[in-house]
Amino acid sequence: MMDGSTQLDSLSIDPAAVGFLMPMHLVVSPTGHIRSVGPTMMKVCRDARVIGQRFLELFELRRPRNVVTMAELVQGGAVRLSLALRMPPKTSFKGIAVPLGPGQGMLINLSFGIALGDAVRDHHLSDSDFAPTDLTVEMLYLSEAKTVVLDELHRLNQRLQGARKVAETLALTDAVTGLSNRRAMGIALDRMARTGTPFSVMTIDLDFFKQVNDTLGHAAGDFVLYQVARILCAATRGSDTAARIGGDEFVLIFPNLTDEFMLCSIAHRILSRLEEPMSFDGNPCRISASIGTTMSTQYAKADPEQMLNDADRALYASKRRGRRQVTAFTADLDQMPET
Amino acid sequence: MHGLINRSLQCFLRDTYSHDTWSRIADTAQLGFDGFEAMLTYEDALTFAVLDAATARLARSRESILEDLGTYLVSHPNVEPLRRLLRFGGVTFVEFLHSLDDLQGRGRLAVPDLDLPALELLEHTPDRFTLHCRSPHPGLGFVAVGILRAMADDYGALAMLEHQGSRDGTELIAIDLLDQSHAEGRRFELALGSTQ
Repeated sequence: MMDGSTQLDSLSIDPAAVGFLMPMHLVVSPTGHIRSVGPTMMKVCRDARVIGQRFLELFELRRPRNVVTMAELVQGGAVRLSLALRMPPKTSFKGIAVPLGPGQGMLINLSFGIALGDAVRDHHLSDSDFAPTDLTVEMLYLSEAKTVVLDELHRLNQRLQGARKVAETLALTDAVTGLSNRRAMGIALDRMARTGTPFSVMTIDLDFFKQVNDTLGHAAGDFVLYQVARILCAATRGSDTAARIGGDEFVLIFPNLTDEFMLCSIAHRILSRLEEPMSFDGNPCRISASIGTTMSTQYAKADPEQMLNDADRALYASKRRGRRQVTAFTADLDQMPET
Repeated sequence: MHGLINRSLQCFLRDTYSHDTWSRIADTAQLGFDGFEAMLTYEDALTFAVLDAATARLARSRESILEDLGTYLVSHPNVEPLRRLLRFGGVTFVEFLHSLDDLQGRGRLAVPDLDLPALELLEHTPDRFTLHCRSPHPGLGFVAVGILRAMADDYGALAMLEHQGSRDGTELIAIDLLDQSHAEGRRFELALGSTQ
């Protein structure tokens, strides 16, 4: 059984002490008029005339809904509230109202909801405006600390993303020419086959490149490879892939180009550009090329590996026919007479 | 050690001396990268390698470099967010001193793997205190001295601070508060972006 002498039946407290405990409280009379407010609530209302005003004229009650008079609130016992200032900046609050006893009205304690940062800024509040038990200041600290940390993480992510792009590009680029490498070519071919995009493949093997390397040295060889890369880039569209896949072997992939005449004329244009004399340190470097082509429309189902092989077979047919040739793959290629 | 601590040291050396000074120190310390990332964790040895390299390059004691690092963390515009977070500790310098007991917890609240030193304030009289600083890394007490010195300025308080060495792995810092409101101090608005 509870000891009757320690049970508290009622509590009497100095209104100033209530102000310390709950700086954002209001005492509202049974008629709905504000009788007193805590010091922080006074700041928030920015108007000493708040005393005597009707509570429901100052605040818009959002929850509970459909309450029109104070009497309805008092009847409900302790009630959770959600409300907002009717005047700008229309700060919103969470709160609780408890009846003070017969004929005494209600004690309402409020706090800022989740938008407390805005509220603190709008009403120019400081630490001392909050009770030590109120975690508003800790919330602000946490929100600011979180922002600092997230900003830092965001910057880290951007740096990592940048580094990843550079690494990806390097992994797909041929270091000597800046063209795509074998891996990038494989990715492009797979994409074409996967999406069912019609495309053509052109394989190019340089002729007389070895002589340049042997007589003028590797610097001259690299220079020639770089010039070849420029010629190939000039002869292709942005959506095409130009790759160097071996010492002097190149592959071009043309999405959505399956016109044999067009493909051949591109190949011949490349051939004649490659045959134009280049000069390295005053020494002429003359090269040419053998070229083979094939188109995905020649197959029931385009298989990148098969097409590369067939383009190579056409290329070797060009070599057999005395180099400096363009050959388009056909099924009866190997029966063609040599010239 | 946490990247935030390493990054602070890096920014301090860069902003107080020069980018070039930092690069040379990083080379001497053989970091193998340009700079620390604030949100990654590094071997403790790297931090001490940087400190040793800085001590040699700047021809200054490790203690004085650490103390200047502490002052930098509060007073340099590039690290203003940190000053703000510290100012959340209290309205007055004394309140701030008492809030230091919670510093480790506050740090963890923001960055769970950030291991700040455990601080404990002993109040001898209303204006005489000793701060106990316990951490696996000796020397952080000197950073604390620098932070306290700058925070006293920030609050406009006049305080004498002295690192009194360490006892049983705890560094002791004597704080004599001469005048709680000696000067104006810098403003602190609770809400970021306030204009008043």
